[in-house]
Amino acid sequence: MASPQRRAGRLTAGATTISAVKARVLVRPKAGILDPQGAAVERALPALGFAGVSDVRVGRLIELEVSDPARLEEMCERLLANPLIEDYEVLLDGAAG
Amino acid sequence: MSAVGSLPGVEQAIALGLTQDEYELVIESLGGRAPNEVELAMFSLLWSEHCSYKHSKKLLRTLPSSGGRLVLGPGENAGAVDVGGGLAVAFKVESHNHPSAVEPFQGAATGVGGILRDIFAVGAQPIAVLDSLRFGELDSERSRYLLEHAVAGIGHYGNSIGVPTVGGEVYFEGPYEHNCLINAMCVGLIETERLIRSAASGPGNLLVLFGASTGRDGIGGASVLASAELGEGDETKRPSVQIGDPFAEKKLMLCSLDLLERGLLVALQDLGAAGLTSAAAEMASKGGVGVDIDVARVPLREEGMEPFEIMVSESQERMLCVIEPDSLDAVLAVCEHWETAASVIGEVTASGLVRVLDGEQTVGEMPVAALVDDCPLYDLEPQAPTEAIYAAPRRVLDSSGEEDPGETLLALLRSPNIADRLPLFEQYDPVVQSRTVRRPGQSDAAVLALPARGEERPGIAIAIDGNGRRVAADPYRGTIEAVLECAANLACAGAEPLGLTNCLNFGNPEKPHIAWQLTESVRGLADACRAIGVPVVGGNVSLYNEGAEGPIYPTPVIGLVGELPDVRRAGALGFRAEGDRIALVGPFAPEIAGSELARLGGRELPTSLGELDIRRVLAAQGVVRDAVRSGSLASAHDIAEGGLAVALAECCLAGGLGAEVALDDTVKPLRALFGEGGGGFVVSGGEAALRALGGDGVAVRIVGSVSGARLTIWAGEARIELSLERMREAHGALRALFD
Amino acid sequence: MKFGVISFPGSCDDSDALAACSRVGEAVQLWHADHDLAGVDAIVVPGGFSYGDYLRAGAIARFAPIMTEVIEFAHEGGYVMGICNGFQVCCEAGLLPGALLTNISRRFVFRQVRVRVLGEPTAFTSGLTPGAELSIPVKHTTGRYFAPRATLARLHAAGQVVLSYAPGQNPNGSLDDIAGIVNEARNVFGLMPHPEHAVDELTGSTDGLSLFASLAAVAAA
Repeated sequence: MASPQRRAGRLTAGATTISAVKARVLVRPKAGILDPQGAAVERALPALGFAGVSDVRVGRLIELEVSDPARLEEMCERLLANPLIEDYEVLLDGAAG
Repeated sequence: MSAVGSLPGVEQAIALGLTQDEYELVIESLGGRAPNEVELAMFSLLWSEHCSYKHSKKLLRTLPSSGGRLVLGPGENAGAVDVGGGLAVAFKVESHNHPSAVEPFQGAATGVGGILRDIFAVGAQPIAVLDSLRFGELDSERSRYLLEHAVAGIGHYGNSIGVPTVGGEVYFEGPYEHNCLINAMCVGLIETERLIRSAASGPGNLLVLFGASTGRDGIGGASVLASAELGEGDETKRPSVQIGDPFAEKKLMLCSLDLLERGLLVALQDLGAAGLTSAAAEMASKGGVGVDIDVARVPLREEGMEPFEIMVSESQERMLCVIEPDSLDAVLAVCEHWETAASVIGEVTASGLVRVLDGEQTVGEMPVAALVDDCPLYDLEPQAPTEAIYAAPRRVLDSSGEEDPGETLLALLRSPNIADRLPLFEQYDPVVQSRTVRRPGQSDAAVLALPARGEERPGIAIAIDGNGRRVAADPYRGTIEAVLECAANLACAGAEPLGLTNCLNFGNPEKPHIAWQLTESVRGLADACRAIGVPVVGGNVSLYNEGAEGPIYPTPVIGLVGELPDVRRAGALGFRAEGDRIALVGPFAPEIAGSELARLGGRELPTSLGELDIRRVLAAQGVVRDAVRSGSLASAHDIAEGGLAVALAECCLAGGLGAEVALDDTVKPLRALFGEGGGGFVVSGGEAALRALGGDGVAVRIVGSVSGARLTIWAGEARIELSLERMREAHGALRALFD
Repeated sequence: MKFGVISFPGSCDDSDALAACSRVGEAVQLWHADHDLAGVDAIVVPGGFSYGDYLRAGAIARFAPIMTEVIEFAHEGGYVMGICNGFQVCCEAGLLPGALLTNISRRFVFRQVRVRVLGEPTAFTSGLTPGAELSIPVKHTTGRYFAPRATLARLHAAGQVVLSYAPGQNPNGSLDDIAGIVNEARNVFGLMPHPEHAVDELTGSTDGLSLFASLAAVAAA
C-alpha cells in the first residue's frame, strides 16, 4: 500500500494546525454589471430541456483554511474580490479536524 | 509498492494493449522472468503504437531525411533547418486526436503545449504555432461543440504563453465525425550551434526533473494495474484527460532556454506521451547508457501515488535534463529565478538498465534496449480496397451547378470548407513577438521576419496543409498533391521550402485497405519530397482513428518552412490596385471529380485523381516565387478548393476590389470555374510585368483586370456577376457559429 | 529619455514594448521581484497574461514587489503607460479608476481597430491632433472597460477619456467606447489597444509609434 509519508517537501495533511478554520468565499459580479457568462448559461439551459430559469449569474468560489477568520474580510477587500465590480460572501465551515 | 506480491499476468498485459506474443517477448527481454506491475506498465506504454511506431517505423524509414539545409533530423524532439546567419529553425507537427475527442478544449490546449515543449526541448525559442483541424459536418452539434472548444483551447494556450498563432486550416467532412483530428505545429528559432540533443551521457551525471508537479493525469488505461480496487466514484482519481497550464509552461520554457544559454545542460527532453517512462528510456537509449530513477524524489500533487503511476503519469509542463553534479547549485538557482520547481530524481549509470527505485527499494529493472529497441516492428500487409470504404457525402447542392454559376459560387463561398476562417483566427494572437509580416488571411503562407542582416531583411514562410478526401480517392497522388499545394502556398508568399514535417492520420493499419492507404501515401510523400528537394525533418503518426462507423479519410498533414530573402517583398493574396491585370499561371487542367463542388453535390469519391505533371507544377511555382521576390506582382494566390472562381473571389474579398475576367473555352465552363487539381495560380500586376512572366514552359494567360466592386467572370456561355457585398456575406458563414 | 518596461511572470508583450520604446529612447527591463526603477523617466506596464490572469487579470501582478516603487513613482507624478494587461494592473492598483471586464463575446479577440484621440492633451498624446484616428491592434479576452456612471461622467467632464474606439469599432463592449483613459493628474495612461504592435510598417501600421514618441518628447524635457 502507498505510504502516507511519501512526499518530502509537499504541503499536505500534517501541515494544518488544530485551530484552522475552513472557509469559503463566494465572489459574484455586482448587480447591474452585464455578465455575459451568466447570460450564455441562461441561454443554454432551455435547449437542454430546463425551463423556468432566469437571472443566472456566474461567479467564483475560493476555498481556504485560515488560522484567523477575522482577517477574511480584509483578504476579500484587498485581493480575493474587486469591490468595484464584485460582491463577496464569506462562509465559515467550523473547525478542521 | 514493490515486486513483492502477485505479479500481473497476460490478462493485464492484454488489458494494457499488448498482444500475447508481445507479452512473451517482454518476458524474453527480461531474461525469462515475468514483468512486475511497474515494468509491465512501462513496457505496455513504450510498446504502444503511439510511442513505438511499431506499425509505421519501417515505412517512415523510406522518407528522405537528410541533405539540403537539414541540421537536425528525425529522431530528436524536433528537426531543424539552417536559415543562414548562424540561425536554424526547428519545427514539428504532432497530433492530439484522441484526447481532443474526449475533451476538446484541454485536448487542443495540451496538444499545443506538447508541441511547444518539443521545440524548446532542442533549445529553440518557439516563435509560431499553426494548427490543422478536422471535424465532422457542421450540421452535427457534436462537431460544432468540438470546433468551438478546440479553437478556444488553442487560443487559450498559445495566447497565454505568448507565441503567435499565425496560420492553420480547418475542414469538415463526415468521416471525421467520430474521430476528429487536431494537429499542432510549432516553429522555433535558435543559433545553430546551440541545438541541444536528448542523449543522456556521463555516468554519475544527475537527472533533474523540473516544472509542474506530478499527478494522475493521463493514467487512464493503466489503472487496471492499481493495487487498490477502484470503488464507485474513484474514476475521478484516475483522469484520462491532461489539464494544461500555459502559465506554468511559460516559466518552464524561459527556465529551459536560460539553462541552455548558460551552458548548464548535458541533455534535455520533454515529458510527453508516457511521461517519465519514455523520457528516461529515450534519453538512455540515445546515449547508450542506463538511468536510475527514484520515484520517491518526484514532487507529487496527489496522495498515495504508486510507483507505476508516477512513471506513466502524463502531467503536463515537465522537462527532464541531464546535468553534471557540479552544476546543480547553478541549475537550482536558475529554476528558482523562473519560479520553476526542480528536483534531482536520479542519475545516469553505465548499467544499460532503466532502474526504478522507491527510496531504497528497487521496484523495476529493465534493459534500455529491451524497452526501446526490442519492440517488434510490424510489416504492413497492404491490399488495395475492392469496394468503396467511404459513403458518399450528403448532397447539399444541385451538383451540376451549371444553371446558375453565380449561385454556385455563393454556395461554395458559404460552404464550411471554404468560408472565411477569420472568426477562428480572430481568437488567436498573431502578432506577439513582433515578427509577423503576413498575418492569417493576408497571404497563402504566414511570413515572419528573421533578425536583420545588415541591409537585408530575411524571413521565413510557414504553411500547414492536409488533405483527406482527395487522398482517399488516390492515396499516392493525393499525398503528392498535398505536398505540392503546401509548396504552392509558400511560393505565393515568395518562399522556397527548406524542410518538411508531416503528421500521418490514418485508421487501423492492421486492416489491409488502411495499410494500403498508409503505404501509398508514404510512397507519395517520399516522391514529393524528392521532387521538391526537401528533407523530412521529423513528424508524427496517429493511427487507429476509426470506430464502428468506419475510418477517417487517410489524412497526411504537411507542414513546410521556407525562406525568403526579403520580407519587404513578401507576397499578398488580395488584389491591390484598380487597373492591375490578372493572369493565370501554370498548368490549368481542373476536374470536377474529387472537388468541393462534387462533394456538395453528394458525389462519390472518384477512384483516382488526374495525372500530375510534377515538373510543370514546380516550374510554375518557381515562376511565381521569383516574380513575388522581384516585387513585380501585386498579388499571388494558388487555385485550390472551389477552383478558379473561388480563388478569384478570395482575391477580390481580401483586396476589397472587384475584377472582370474572361476565360476562353478550351476548358468547359463548369470545370474551368469550379474544377480542382493541376497546380495553377491567380496573379495580378502591371501588364508588362505579367507578360514578362513565363519561360521554362510555364503557361501564362492574361484573363482580365482588377476593377470596380463586383466580380464578373465569363467562361464560355456561363457568366458570373456578383457584388463584393454579396460574396462577403456568403463568405462570412462561419461567423454565426461563434456569435 | 529612458523607459522602463516591467516583466512579470507571464508578461508576453514586454519585449515588444522594449523594442518599441527603443525606437524613441533608451529602454530597460524592470524585473517584477526587484525594487529598483533604474532611474527611468517613464514606466510601461506591458501586455500579456501576468500570473496566468489568475483570480482576475492583473490582480496578483498588482502586488508584485516592483509595484511598490511604481505606485510611488506614479503618485509623485512619474509617467506610467499601462497597455492591456498593464491597464488591468493599473486599475487593480488604484492608479486608474474603473475595471476591465470580460469581453461581451466572452472570447479572445484580435483585431486591428481604429481609435480616436480625444480629450485634453496629455503627455502621451502631445504629438497628436485631437480627433486623429490611429489604427492599432487589440488582443484580449478581458477588455471591456467599466466604471460606475458617476465616475464615467467625471472622466468625460475632466477630459480623462483619451482614446475611444471609432464608431463600429468597439471590439469588447466597453462603456462609452472607451479604449484608453488617464488619471486625474494625467500622468498615468491605461489603454487596451497595443501601440507597441503598431510601430513598424513591415508588421502593421505605425500609428502606435506616436504615443511613445509623444511621451519621449515630454518626459525627457
